[in-house]
Amino acid sequence: MQKLVAGDVVYLSGRIYTARDKAHALMRSKGCPLSLQGAALYHCGPLIHKTRVLSAGPTTSGRMARYTEEILGLGVRAIIGKGGLPGEPFRGKAVYLAYPGGCGAAAAQQLKARDVHLKELGMAESLWEFEAKAFGPLIVAIDSHGKDLYQDVRASVQSRLRS
Amino acid sequence: MRSKVVEATVRALRHAETSLPEWVLQMIRDASEQETSPLAKSHLQFILENVRIAEARGLPLCQDTGLPIFEVKMGRDLELDFDLRMAIEDGVRIATQEIPLRPNAVDPLTRQNSGNNTGPGMPDIIWELVEGRGLCITAFPKGAGSENMSLVGMLNPADDPFDFILRTVAERAANACPPLFLGIGLGGTFDLAARLAKHALFRLPGSSPMEMDLLKRINSLGIGPMGLGGDTTALGLKIERASCHTASLPVAINFQCWAHRYASEVIF
Repeated sequence: MQKLVAGDVVYLSGRIYTARDKAHALMRSKGCPLSLQGAALYHCGPLIHKTRVLSAGPTTSGRMARYTEEILGLGVRAIIGKGGLPGEPFRGKAVYLAYPGGCGAAAAQQLKARDVHLKELGMAESLWEFEAKAFGPLIVAIDSHGKDLYQDVRASVQSRLRS
Repeated sequence: MRSKVVEATVRALRHAETSLPEWVLQMIRDASEQETSPLAKSHLQFILENVRIAEARGLPLCQDTGLPIFEVKMGRDLELDFDLRMAIEDGVRIATQEIPLRPNAVDPLTRQNSGNNTGPGMPDIIWELVEGRGLCITAFPKGAGSENMSLVGMLNPADDPFDFILRTVAERAANACPPLFLGIGLGGTFDLAARLAKHALFRLPGSSPMEMDLLKRINSLGIGPMGLGGDTTALGLKIERASCHTASLPVAINFQCWAHRYASEVIF
C-alpha cells in the first residue's frame, strides 16, 4: 500500500467489501459485523440478481466522508469509490482508489459475490463480500504520503475561476 | 390498450438502462479523441467499453438504475378508459423485476425501501399535452450521484447568473460523474426554475451562442472526467428561460452524468 503513489493505475484481485450510507451508520452505532483489518472497502451499492453481480460501479464517496477516520481505524487500507474524500486521514494509513463512475456493467465482469452481511438493509445498502479479479482500472487518487489528486485539481480549478 | 402502455413502459426502461442514445455516444467518442490528458482519455475510453458491455449483455450500464422519471406526451383528443398513471406504475414494478432494476425508492424519513421503485410521487411523471390523439412515453431514469449535486439559487437581480453556474459546477462537478450534461433553468420562480432545468435535460444538447459560450467556460476549468483533471468536464448543456419577478433571479442547475439515459416508446 505504501508503495502506491498518486497517479498510479492498479488492478485489484482478492476480497473486497462493499459499504455505503446505511452500513456505515450501522457500523458506527453497533460495530462492524466482521474484521476489516487490512481490507479494501468499496463504496458501492450493487445491482445483484440472486448471487449474480449485474452492475457494480462506485457510489459517491463524499457522503461517507464523516466516517473515514472510524473506517481507517478498523484497519481498512484502501477505500474504493468515486469523487474523492478529504485526504488528511489517509496519511500514513491508507489509499483512496477511484473506479470510473457509472461503469457498473464493466465492474460486474470483474466481481463475484461470495457472501452478504447486514442483508436486512436491502440490496444496495448491504455489506457484500466480493471476490475481485483484476478489478480496475483503479486510479490511486489519494496516496498514503499526503498527495491528493482531487485536491490538486480543485486548487487549479479555483485559480482558473479567479482568472 | 392498458397492457400496451404497461409493456411500452417496460421496453422504454429496458432500452434506457442498457444502452445510450447514439448522439451521446458520439459526443463521448469525439471527446475521447480530442482529450489531451492521458488519464482523462483512458477514462472516456473505459466509459465507451462499459457501454459496449452493457449493450452486448443487456445489463444496466450503471448499478444506480435511478428513480423512474417519465415525460408523457398525450394528445388532447386521446380518450382512455383506464388510469394512465397506474399503468405506468405497473410498468415500473414489472421492469424492476424483469430487467432487473435496483430498488431505489425509499421513504424520506423512515428510509424504508418499497422494493419496486414506486411510492408516493414515484414514478415522477411530467405530463405534456400535444395536438391530436397520440401517446408517447419517454423513460428518463435519473441516478442520485448527479441529482444530488443539483441546486436552485435565488439570486439577486444584480448577480451574474453565469458566474453562479460556473462556481456551482466548479464546486460540485467531481461528485456528479463528469463528463456532464447540464439542464439550466433561468428565471421563473423557485420551483419553475427547477422544472425548467429538468425539462432542459429532455431537450439536450443546446447549440445557441449563449449555451456554447457557457459550455466553453465550464470546460476551461479543467475539472475533467471524474474530477481528476482534463479538457472534458461537460459534453453539453441546455438553457430554458421563463419570465421572473422584477425582484428575483432564480437559477436552477440540474446535473446529469455522462450516462444521459432515455428512451421513447410511441404507443399511438
